[in-house]
Amino acid sequence: MGLNPGYVGHTYPATAVYVVGREKIREFATAIGATEAIHHDPEAAVASGYLDVVAPATFAIALTATAVEQMIADPELGLDFSRVVHGEQKFAYARPIQAGDRLVCEATVTDITERAGNGFLTTTTQIKTELGELVVTATQKLVVRA
Amino acid sequence: MSLEPQTYRITRADLVRYAGASGDFNPIHWSDRVATAVGLPGVIAHGMFTMALAGRAVTAWVSGDPSAITEFTTRFARPIVVPDDDNGAELTVTGVIKPLEGDFAQIDVTAVCAGEKVLAGAKAVVRASALRS
Repeated sequence: MGLNPGYVGHTYPATAVYVVGREKIREFATAIGATEAIHHDPEAAVASGYLDVVAPATFAIALTATAVEQMIADPELGLDFSRVVHGEQKFAYARPIQAGDRLVCEATVTDITERAGNGFLTTTTQIKTELGELVVTATQKLVVRA
Repeated sequence: MSLEPQTYRITRADLVRYAGASGDFNPIHWSDRVATAVGLPGVIAHGMFTMALAGRAVTAWVSGDPSAITEFTTRFARPIVVPDDDNGAELTVTGVIKPLEGDFAQIDVTAVCAGEKVLAGAKAVVRASALRS
């Protein structure tokens, strides 16, 4: 069973609110070796014009993971996650994610193709505040290996 | 114009830490048994960990302010195999600036491990005024 090509254009309901924690940002920054004070020290972040510590650029992937879980749980889409590798990733930022943000993801299936038995699933996820402010648009291409 | 190259070392401990921080617990990033069973040469780094290190380089080039980055994109061309030893793998990230319209510039990012490009088409769009000269 492969990906359902009729699913292009399908939009999933917004995910539950993800509250971005200060310690989660510090943990992520530490894990990638980002030692800049803006990721760790709230006073340094405030001095740079933010409300609290600022997430590194690729932290948004932790948010989109909640949207991917939605897709894995959807039998109509036909995504076999055990055969998935990450093909492409794009982020477009309206602003950096900060501690205290209350964010939801709205994922849309934007393309499904097949080549040489491999499936390609492209999704575009809008990461917004629960009040509707767009923060990051994440576009992801997953490859489902034959 | 070329930017100052950035070098990062990736060990198994880094992959375990990144798994926890990112929530990506796919065993191909920590178990040789599972990685080799699915046809990989051994445990590989998360593609998003490689992108995160490339992001550190871009952030360093824009004076440490993530708000100067408006777009960041890559394809994952080749996995980074991370041996279970103290040296791990070494990633070198280089960047070349191309001016864009207005106060924006594109950085074409190259990430090389063991002589091979591991990212393809990697680029960031940044506010040109943030670039360190």
